[in-house]
Amino acid sequence: MNHSDQGKAHPGRPETFKAVPVRHPGRWAGAVVVAVLAAMLLHALIFNPAFQWDVVNTYLFDSSILHGLGVTLELTALSMIMGVAGGIILAVMRLSPNPLLSGTAWFYIWVFRGTPVLVQLVFWNFMGALWPRLSIGIPFGPEFWSESTNTLIPVFTAALLGLGLNEAAYMAEIVRGGIQSVDEGQTEASHALGMSRFATMRRIVLPQAMRVIIPPTGNETISMLKTTSLVSVIALEELFRAGQNIYSRTFQTIPLLITVSLWYLFLTSVLTIGQYYVERYYARGTTRTLPPTPLQRLRGLFRGKPAPKADHDVVPGLEGGGHA
Amino acid sequence: MTDLSKAPQDAVLGEPMVKAEGVRKSYGLVEVLKGIDLEVKPREVFCLIGPSGSGKSTFLRCINHLEKINGGLLSVDGELVGYRRKGDKLYELRDREVALKRRDIGMVFQRFNLFPHMTALENITEAPVQVKGESKAAARERGMALLERVGLSDKAKNYPSQLSGGQQQRVAIARALAMKPKLMLFDEPTSALDPELVGEVLDVMRGLAEEGMTMIVVTHEMGFAREVGDALVFMDGGVVVESGNPREVLTDPQHERTRAFLSKVL
Repeated sequence: MNHSDQGKAHPGRPETFKAVPVRHPGRWAGAVVVAVLAAMLLHALIFNPAFQWDVVNTYLFDSSILHGLGVTLELTALSMIMGVAGGIILAVMRLSPNPLLSGTAWFYIWVFRGTPVLVQLVFWNFMGALWPRLSIGIPFGPEFWSESTNTLIPVFTAALLGLGLNEAAYMAEIVRGGIQSVDEGQTEASHALGMSRFATMRRIVLPQAMRVIIPPTGNETISMLKTTSLVSVIALEELFRAGQNIYSRTFQTIPLLITVSLWYLFLTSVLTIGQYYVERYYARGTTRTLPPTPLQRLRGLFRGKPAPKADHDVVPGLEGGGHA
Repeated sequence: MTDLSKAPQDAVLGEPMVKAEGVRKSYGLVEVLKGIDLEVKPREVFCLIGPSGSGKSTFLRCINHLEKINGGLLSVDGELVGYRRKGDKLYELRDREVALKRRDIGMVFQRFNLFPHMTALENITEAPVQVKGESKAAARERGMALLERVGLSDKAKNYPSQLSGGQQQRVAIARALAMKPKLMLFDEPTSALDPELVGEVLDVMRGLAEEGMTMIVVTHEMGFAREVGDALVFMDGGVVVESGNPREVLTDPQHERTRAFLSKVL
């Protein structure tokens, strides 16, 4: 075999050199303009008394706001878990060769994606008006157990059902797109090894589909965090409702809306960072080297060097291919 | 290159490993296999050659039921592929039964089809652990031995994207061997490789042949067919045009179409 000895070092080559990088005067001019505009905006925000920053400060860590924050987080997490789990099940059903399964999934997605989530929320909350009691028994026959709907579906559960079931319909389409993005050769290779349809889906296809599924799921989570504010209409005291409750008493509408918005902004920022790292994790194996994290990039910037370039380590198998 | 001291085929007795009788396959109105008859004996290296679109890859995929046949009979090791016969009726097998039969048939693809989210070693251990329920430790140990055998023991932890084409294909062969198949199918295993990487894959295949693995190889590597092949079939337009000993067919083809094809590829 002689395929491996092409990448030898070449003695007598000129040493590496330093070239003058391209200058970007436009960037500097742009930076100045942006800095002035930012200063104007900050000034307008800080020195306009109508914003009442002291009120914002008072309520930012108010106990009822913090309680609402907790409810918002809980609702977001639980309805996303419901959404993702339901979405995966629906997507697999939708792609199943069994017409009963794919038809059912199609119908579910059609209904839940076709009606506004606000309407669905109110519907779940008024379940008790439609069916005052829910029971378990033989269909059209005797009942073994029954309970009042309002006890069974308290307002938090109604909110969760409304958000989670609606989200499942959206996630189903995202997951389906992810599954279909995986090369057919993967399924064939897996089947050829004797793996079942289920094992192929779970071990081979879904992990690869994740790379396509994760980014929009991050967006869905961020969107869900804000959509939870809709449940204020069914009087569940989450973050937005907590703010509303306070300003309906004190009439300090603007500062409380700012308080609430600051919290939403903070949470979405945290989620964005989390999303970045999850995406990075699922990109392994598809790119030869992972891109540097923002932290690494920042460190590189302070060292006065560009971020570590991808190619110098790894790719040990390709020395023969000849680097530039 | 290694010398070809293949044992004479005296062990080739009894049932054929693969038997095809009038195998037909069509996609809609297009018939790609128009009645294929052939027999592959145990321990034989059986080469399928022919122009693209001749149906050779399709036929190969029928053998492990990646494609369903529409007519004729196809059996592996005496059992029908994809169907069960009861009386004079054929019943389709369930997915689970098909999967059970595929365990014994290794397949190597033109485009490798390694699992990109798993390392080389994980690619190899996946099926033994998931399908046969082997312990992870045992599967890893055998996986390392297989990597060693294809000359890649130092690449166990590399992901496929970090391997060259030839290395990926060698991992793919090791992955198929991990299931201890009785038959190996190769679907143009070197067609997607840079010319200088073809040799390393063919070396591995040659080693397998010497150990007596039954192999069906769809290939454009006439040198390999001549050196290693025990039987050769030339297909064109969904039918077998000519078959026989590779050295005879390749040097002295009897049919005009075979001659025309070989004059282009040799």
